[in-house]
Amino acid sequence: MEKLLGEFSFGLFIWQTVIVVALILLLRKFAWKPILTTINDREQGIRSAMKAAEDARQEMANLQSDNERILKEARAERESLLKEARELRQKMIDDAKGEAKVQAEQLITQAKEAIENEKQVAITSLKNEVADLSLQIAETLTKEQLSSDKKQTVLVQKLLKDVNLRG
Amino acid sequence: MAIKAKTLKHLFLILFTVLLATNAFAFSSVDEEEKKGSLKEEIKAYIQHHLKDSHDFYLGSYKDGDKKKYIGYIGLPVILWDNGLHFFSSAKFKHGKAVVQKGESFYKLYHGKIYKTDVAGTINYDAEKHPTNEKPLDLSMTKSVMTMLYTALLMFFLFRSLARSYAKNGNVAAGIGRFFEPIILYVRDDIAIPNIGEKHYGRYMSFLLTVFFFIWFLNLLGLTPLGINVTGNIAVTFGLALITFLLTNLTANKNYWAHIFWMPGVPVLMKIALMPIELLGVIIKPFSLLIRLYANMQAGHIVLMSLIGLMFIFNNWIGSSLSFVLSFAISIIELLVAALQAYIFTMLSALYFGFAVEEHHDEAH
Repeated sequence: MEKLLGEFSFGLFIWQTVIVVALILLLRKFAWKPILTTINDREQGIRSAMKAAEDARQEMANLQSDNERILKEARAERESLLKEARELRQKMIDDAKGEAKVQAEQLITQAKEAIENEKQVAITSLKNEVADLSLQIAETLTKEQLSSDKKQTVLVQKLLKDVNLRG
Repeated sequence: MAIKAKTLKHLFLILFTVLLATNAFAFSSVDEEEKKGSLKEEIKAYIQHHLKDSHDFYLGSYKDGDKKKYIGYIGLPVILWDNGLHFFSSAKFKHGKAVVQKGESFYKLYHGKIYKTDVAGTINYDAEKHPTNEKPLDLSMTKSVMTMLYTALLMFFLFRSLARSYAKNGNVAAGIGRFFEPIILYVRDDIAIPNIGEKHYGRYMSFLLTVFFFIWFLNLLGLTPLGINVTGNIAVTFGLALITFLLTNLTANKNYWAHIFWMPGVPVLMKIALMPIELLGVIIKPFSLLIRLYANMQAGHIVLMSLIGLMFIFNNWIGSSLSFVLSFAISIIELLVAALQAYIFTMLSALYFGFAVEEHHDEAH
């Protein structure tokens, strides 16, 4: 201990303290403060940049999911549109078919009616023709038959017989 | 061939000393044993001399006949306070051979210290052979002071250039700052913040960073062949520890003092018993800092120099090369120790600051 104290140099201690304190103060002003501030700023910058990148990534992910959603919706809409169109087409076809059937039936009925009418007309005229023809025949026959009494009687009887049969 | 076996160089490069060892081998003579004894004494004196601060600076010395010659000698400013300020170059002492007259007073350099003497430079001794002459207040710019000034300047320009490079280089360090920036970050993230806490660490950063690099650089300079031993000097480590002590106690909060004078959560008798212990702890903590750094650096220098001295004592190929390998290994370990001691000093300072600003918490104790 005595040796230690003997070695202790007061002058060196004074100089040492002065130099170190001055060095601390000078370095604080000219070096440590600017250096630490810069390092801190830089770290802050890195941190905020990382956060921004993370945010952007999140945004991208959101956008992507949005896109997917929109795509899905569009696909669904297309599906439904197609379905609707298909249904519409079917309906149109069905409608058209129904209408055509109705119209056809109508036409058929009309035609049937017309045919019936024509038939009636034809029958009527035919009857008239037949009547006329009968009358003419009858007239001719009568004229010939009635040339003798006998003949007339036979004819009348025959005719009457026919008439009865037909009636 | 002035440089012979008996002349011990003042630690040039290790390679250099190996060359010298071969020289020593070549010139070993009959009166080897006798020489060895004096060589041991010389090495011992050399190590002792090296460990102390010095008033002058030289790269090396050798004996030329009876004269001691110096290589790269530089006289350093001597500043004395003795009824007025005296200022002169240490070269005037002529390594303790000359008496310097200033005004009415005469001064002499004796074993690294300046004493007041008469015209003839008489040194009076007491029974234990210690000089009894009066000592003036010595404020000289010694070798250690010059080294510290040099280190301080180096640090100032180094870290200012780093601070400036940020502005020029878009907040990215340029040049040598790239090496030092991670170390600054390390001091902040692994020394300051864990020990002091996120809230208060900023106040102590200037001290921690300065002290870390100051001690580290001085330790490293001590490993160069310049023969500097600044951090192994008790006055220097005392000064550093004193700043830690003052900073700790001047910035301490109420909680810290409460733990010293009136420990919360223990019985009253214990409180009274703990008070002197805690108070002693306040002194012991920084004291351990100063002793640890001093002892480690001092021991490193002694071991390294002794091993290098062994090369000359063995004076043969096997022993000397073995010593060389050993001293080389120790040099590498000392490189690690240089950084480790700077780290420990900074770390413990931060720990003490952490105690001083610790917030009150109930669950503990």
